[in-house]
Amino acid sequence: MSAQRRAAALLALLAAALLALPLVANAYLLSVATLILFFAFSGQAWNVMMGFAGQLSLGHSLYVGLGAYAAAGLFFHFGIGPWAGIWLAIAVCVAAGAAIGFLAFRFGISGVYFALLTIAFAEFTRIGFDHIGWLGGPGGLFIKVEQRQAADLLNLRGPPVMFYYVMLALAAGAFALCAWLLRSRAGYYWQAIRENEEAAQALGINTFRWKMLAVVISAAMTSFSGVFFAFYYNNLFPETIFHISRSIEIILGPIIGGIGTLFGPILGAAVLTILADSITDLLAAVGLEFPGVKQVFYGVVLLLVVMFLPHGIWPALARRLGLDRKS
Amino acid sequence: MAVDLVVNVALAGVLTGLVYGLMALGLSVIFGVVRVVNFAHGEMMTVAMYTAVGLFTAFKLDPFLSVIPVAAAFFVLGYLLQTGLINPFITRPEHSQFMLLVAIAIIVVNGLLMAFGPDARNVQVDYQLESWAAGPILFDKARVYAAGVAILASGALFAFFRYTRTGKAIRACADNYLGAKVVGLDVKHYYALTFGLGSACVAVAGCMLILLVDVTPSLGPSYTLLAFVIVIVGGLGSMGGALLGGVLIGLSEAMAGLFIQPSAKSMFSFALLILVLLFRPQGLMGRRP
Repeated sequence: MSAQRRAAALLALLAAALLALPLVANAYLLSVATLILFFAFSGQAWNVMMGFAGQLSLGHSLYVGLGAYAAAGLFFHFGIGPWAGIWLAIAVCVAAGAAIGFLAFRFGISGVYFALLTIAFAEFTRIGFDHIGWLGGPGGLFIKVEQRQAADLLNLRGPPVMFYYVMLALAAGAFALCAWLLRSRAGYYWQAIRENEEAAQALGINTFRWKMLAVVISAAMTSFSGVFFAFYYNNLFPETIFHISRSIEIILGPIIGGIGTLFGPILGAAVLTILADSITDLLAAVGLEFPGVKQVFYGVVLLLVVMFLPHGIWPALARRLGLDRKS
Repeated sequence: MAVDLVVNVALAGVLTGLVYGLMALGLSVIFGVVRVVNFAHGEMMTVAMYTAVGLFTAFKLDPFLSVIPVAAAFFVLGYLLQTGLINPFITRPEHSQFMLLVAIAIIVVNGLLMAFGPDARNVQVDYQLESWAAGPILFDKARVYAAGVAILASGALFAFFRYTRTGKAIRACADNYLGAKVVGLDVKHYYALTFGLGSACVAVAGCMLILLVDVTPSLGPSYTLLAFVIVIVGGLGSMGGALLGGVLIGLSEAMAGLFIQPSAKSMFSFALLILVLLFRPQGLMGRRP
C-alpha cells in the first residue's frame, strides 16, 4: 500500500472512532476529547501562519479573545446567537490580523521582532479589555445557561455531546482546509517564503501579499476557537483569555506534534491533553496535589520533547508507520 | 495636580526604571551575543528575589549584602544552563529555542509555586521607609540605593566589555561567529560566560527590586514581558539602550499610574513598544539589523 493510501485509511479509522466516541465515553472522557479537538483545531489555525508560512506568532490569544468577546458580547447584550456572532468574530479577527500583518510586513519586521510584536498586541488588548465596562471588565462576562438538554445549534446551547460534535466538525473542517491549502498555489508560495523569503521574492512571489493571506486565514480560523470557548465555558475574563499562557497553550500542540505537518497539531493536542490529565490523576492518587506540581511535570516533558524530538512527534512516528512520502 | 507630586512620582519611576534597566541589560547582553531570546528572564528574576527573601529571613542578610553571593551563584547557574541546555540549541530555529526556554520558565514558575505558595513575600529593612528631602522633593532611600547599585553594576559590565580581553573576545563572538572560531576562540565557552553575566545582572536587579516590590511566583512572566519591552524600546543588543529603555518604561509606568489608572500602566508600555517597533524597529539606540 502506498503511503498516501495508508494515511487515508488511518484518517478514515480516526474519523470513525471520533464519530462513535460519544456512544461509549462517559461525561469526563467526552470533555477531555472536546478539549483535545479544541486544541487540535486552534493548533491547526496557528500552524497555517507558522508551519506553512514561517511567521512565528506568540499572540494567538488575541484572536481567541476577540472572537470570544465579539460573539459573547452580541449574545449577552442583544440576544443575537453565535450563528450571527461568528461573522462579527471573523470580521474583527481578520481586521486585527490584517492590521498587525500590514504594520509588521510593511515595516519589514520579522523573526523574533515579529513574535514580540504579536505578544505586544495581545497584551495591549488584554489590559484594554480590563477597562471596557460594557463587556464586564476584569469581573468577566457571563453567558446564561438556559438549558442543557435540547441541542440548539444556532445558539450553541445544549448538552456536552453537541459541543463535542461541533468541535469535531470544526477540527475536521480545519484539517480539510489545511490539506487543501498546503497543496494550493498559496501553500507552495508559503513554503517557499518559509524556507527562504529572499529567494521567494527573487522568483517574483509577492511575499507581502501571501504572508498577509496566511495571517488573515489563521486569524479567521482562530476566531472560531474563541466563539466556541465563550459558549462552551459560558464565562470570559480578559485576564485568562488574552493571556500569553493561552497563546503558549495553543502553540504547544503543533510544536510537540510537528510544525508544518497536517497530523502534528492533532497528535500534539492529544498527547498534551491526555498527559496533563493523567498527571493530575496520578498525583491525586499518590496524594501529591500541590499547586504547580502538574505544570512542573508538563514543563519537564516539554523540555524532553524539544531536546530529543526537535521536529516533533509526528515526523518520527510517520517514519515508523511508513507514512511519510519518502518511504 | 500639584507639581511636586508629579515630580516625586516621576523620580520614583526613573529610579525604579534603572533597576528594570539592569534586568533588561541581562536580556540584551544574552541576545546580543548568543542570539537567543531568553524567554525565562523574568522567571530567573523572581528566583533571585526569592533567594534574597530566603537569605534575609534565614540569616537577616540585607539584600545589599546578599547581592554578591546571589550574583555569583547566578553566574554559575547561567554558565551551566548555557553549556548544558542552550548551546545545543544555538543552531536550531527560533521557535525551537523559544520552546526550550518556555519549558524552563514553566518549570521555574511552578517550582516556586510549589516551594513558596502563591502568597507575596518581601523583605523589611528599616531604611525602606526613610527618605531624604530636598525641599518638596523626596528621595526614597531604598530606591536611591537600589538605583545606585544598578548603575554601578551596569557600569562594571560596560567596562568589562570595553576594556578586558575576555570582554573583547565575547564581542568578537557576537560580531562574527565563524570569524571568532577561525581565530581560535572557544565560542561556546564565551557564550556560556555571557549567559552567566546576563544571569548575574538579573540576580543583582532581583536583589534590588525586592526592596521595592513584593514577589509572587506569577510575577515571572510579567517581568519577562517587561524586559522584552525595555530592550526593544532601547534596542535589542544595545547596552545603553537597555538602561535608557528601563528609565523610559519606569517613567511611563509611573506617569500612567498617576494620571490614568495603575492597572493601565503596562498598556502604555506596550503601546510604546508597538510604536517603537513600527517606526524605529531597531530600537532607540540600536543599529539596523
